[in-house]
Amino acid sequence: MKLIYEKSQTGRRASALPQHENLPTSPEIPEGLRRTEPPRLPEVPEFELVRHFTELSTRNFGVDTGFYPLGSCTMKYNPRINERLAALPGFARLHPLQEEDGAQGSLELMWRLQEILAEVTGLDAVSLQPAAGSQGELTGLLLTRAYFAARGEGEQRRKVVIPDTAHGTNPASVTMAGYELTHVQTDARGNIDVEDLRGKVDEHTAALMLTNPSTLGLFDENIEEIERIFHGAGALMYYDGANLNAVCGISRPGDMGFDIVHINLHKTFSQPHGGGGPGGGPVAVRDILEPFLPVPAVVRREDGGFGLDFDRPQTIGKVRGFAGPFGVFVRSYAYMRMWGPRLREMSEVAVLNANYVLARLKDAYELPFDRLCMHEFVLSARPLKREYGCTALDVAKRLMDYGFHPPTIYFPLVVPEALMVEPTETEAKETLDAFCDAMLAIAREAAEDPDLLKEAPHHRPVKRLDEVRAAKHPVVKYGFGEHPAAEREARPVAAEAPKGA
Amino acid sequence: MTHPFLALTDSDREEMLGTIGVGSVEELFRDLPEAVRFGRELDLERALSEQEVFEHVAALAGRNFDASRELSFLGAGMYDHYVPAVVDTILQRGELLTAYTPYQPEMSQGVLQAIFEYQTAICELTGMDVSNASGYDGTSVAADACFVAKHATGRDKIVVTEATNPQVRQVVKTYAAGFGLEVVEVPHRDGTTGPSDLERAAEDAAAVIFQQPNVFGCLEPAPDLVAAASEAGALPVAHVDLLSLGVLEAPGRYGAALALGEGQAAGNFPSFGGPHYGFLAARQQFIRRMPGRIVGETVDTAGERGYVLTLQTREQHIRREKATSNITTNQTLLALGGLVYLTWLGPQGLRELGETCLSLAAYAKQRLEERAGLELMFAAQTTFKEFAVRVGRNAREVVEDARRQGVHPGYALGRDYEGMDDVLLVAVTERRSPEEIDRLADVLAEVAR
Repeated sequence: MKLIYEKSQTGRRASALPQHENLPTSPEIPEGLRRTEPPRLPEVPEFELVRHFTELSTRNFGVDTGFYPLGSCTMKYNPRINERLAALPGFARLHPLQEEDGAQGSLELMWRLQEILAEVTGLDAVSLQPAAGSQGELTGLLLTRAYFAARGEGEQRRKVVIPDTAHGTNPASVTMAGYELTHVQTDARGNIDVEDLRGKVDEHTAALMLTNPSTLGLFDENIEEIERIFHGAGALMYYDGANLNAVCGISRPGDMGFDIVHINLHKTFSQPHGGGGPGGGPVAVRDILEPFLPVPAVVRREDGGFGLDFDRPQTIGKVRGFAGPFGVFVRSYAYMRMWGPRLREMSEVAVLNANYVLARLKDAYELPFDRLCMHEFVLSARPLKREYGCTALDVAKRLMDYGFHPPTIYFPLVVPEALMVEPTETEAKETLDAFCDAMLAIAREAAEDPDLLKEAPHHRPVKRLDEVRAAKHPVVKYGFGEHPAAEREARPVAAEAPKGA
Repeated sequence: MTHPFLALTDSDREEMLGTIGVGSVEELFRDLPEAVRFGRELDLERALSEQEVFEHVAALAGRNFDASRELSFLGAGMYDHYVPAVVDTILQRGELLTAYTPYQPEMSQGVLQAIFEYQTAICELTGMDVSNASGYDGTSVAADACFVAKHATGRDKIVVTEATNPQVRQVVKTYAAGFGLEVVEVPHRDGTTGPSDLERAAEDAAAVIFQQPNVFGCLEPAPDLVAAASEAGALPVAHVDLLSLGVLEAPGRYGAALALGEGQAAGNFPSFGGPHYGFLAARQQFIRRMPGRIVGETVDTAGERGYVLTLQTREQHIRREKATSNITTNQTLLALGGLVYLTWLGPQGLRELGETCLSLAAYAKQRLEERAGLELMFAAQTTFKEFAVRVGRNAREVVEDARRQGVHPGYALGRDYEGMDDVLLVAVTERRSPEEIDRLADVLAEVAR
């Protein structure tokens, strides 16, 4: 398919701007500051623009297209009402610097969302400001720094403990927050190795960062002991909320002993992921950390009105512009109001669906930790690799031919040839069965005709792509006249894979 | 009653529990220690139907005074530019809206190609060699640039001009605490930054961040600031408004090492602060230090062109604690909105838009001086779409009085700048007509001074 730049013809345009009579001529822009060469933006009429991006959309797969069991990403249905609400002019056209009395509706919505998140996490105070989970992590670690600095322990506590199953964002956030990493291992049941942990937590430890259930989809059975170890050493506990979809209304991070939690609104609370964002990563904290939260805080005033409070002398400052990604809050708030206390059912069905798929697949693939799972589970394609030379990547690519988005692969790192499956609560049993049938069929195909896997996908708009070449000789923008791979004749391709091979 | 977002029937549940080999859903949670199980129902209001939630949330929206209910001249980093219908149309395509990050390129050619086109547009506008797939907003990308500069130069000081948007400066300072960086601010002189002031401050600095046009709307002597930063061995970082780049020079042409900024004005609604996209572009030499996703071109096994996430060894899921950033979820959909918008504008539209903003703002300055009798602050400087004006008394009170007449006259700069309690920052986009500007002048003539 051509790039929009390859469809461009000088002189065409999609926009017409308002014309005003009798305006003063624009002021002269000083020499050296004036644009000398126009940017080569596309020149296309509006209908060409719409066709181009519509065609691009047919070459993409979302939850609206089909089943998307991408582990750790919680790809659930995104209700359309949320889009309608976020687009209301009262929200979409509201300036973030509007005076408080002109923004009461938005401030109230944010305050109410904070209250809901505090109840769901079992914590005391919430800041909605962080833009995504990883920014929530950084915020949490900066809160930890500020907390210990205020106690005179800032120099002493330099270490953050992270299990080997953690998302890559955790160690990256630790570096960005200026902390040192301490790794802790996973035991034979998939929990944190408590014996390993004991020797690593002391008066130099600032915090633990833990995802619970872990990225293996397993709830840590020793969470009470872990809590005693960290709080006993005077350290804080940080909860990575990536897997909160497993435990809403069932177990709360605050009740597990965590002091700081980030919540991924784009996972658990249905903000559509948009092909890579936007997200929302609010943090909820225990009262001892509230003074350090980012400014402004959204507060309810004594007269019942709502406001932004900047007067927080101990604050870590701001992590993002204004008061956060408000449109995301509208969607997640509406979503949570449509569940209310029934959020528990959401998590129960997410766990039921995952265990059902696990039960149907565990004999055909390898299950590294033979336990019931929570909202997701990790299988290994190692037997297929050993016996037929088919890898987790091959299984993933072959699944595309069956019309499914593949699971997360090669993560967590502790499981070789990992396939991490998260069905979410969204799916009907028929869909789960069709996915299981496809996974079982692929395991058979690996034995009978391994090339079918190795050469997959066969029915996508492109075949397997050469990622090594892309990294070795990076072409990261269109080269116009000098483009290395100016397109050959367009060939018609199926926009979507047929269901079944 | 089955919840509308669920699908399992009672018989589905029975059958599934049977396959799993447990007697009940509760049994699925047997690994949870008793002490951490939540013993009660969540204390939340009852579940609402779609209609009820619509009415409740729409009522909240109705309590706001947005730019459709109040004639607004607020700017200071977020702007009321027109967003064409095609942006909504494309962003509501479910295949794009409801996809995750494109980890599996064969499932995601649509969004990958769109990001590649977006990166191209950002590079064209800024005159840079490489753009990432977006950052959170115009503040966090500035913090990201500090991390790039720290590692590229081995230095640990960041210089930011005081005439850079306070939101940006505050976020840079927050991140700097973690990065181990010292942040130094350079004061402005009559609304712009002096190159010699900057050069003195930039000694031993990793980066110098300045904004063009700056927070007061004034045009900085950007090439001289870049030269001053480079002279001191610091990376010059330009924080720019994409919509100014049809009329203002591309930062790459005057030697900036990185160009970045807030993308909201180009294709996103203000939305009370987000979500928007931050853009970040750099010269080729920084490609392997870039934070965030980058899409690259490649071929498939049949030799056909395709797109993938590339240079991933910079990123957290591979490099972990040695990554160039912790970012994973970015703002792809909003950046796609930016691409659609910039395609809609085209190069001609972009230039006309810039000229329209320049003329309307010039008209507004003239009217506020002549009709309202106000004194322009920094009258000697060239401005783009925003300018500062003295209103003779506390600007927050002027805002309050003007709003009673349905006009939000702008941002009270005293909220961020000492000695500017009587200064108003007025933003004029192409959405403001000359008649509306006359109305602003009338109202300010009455309530100012």
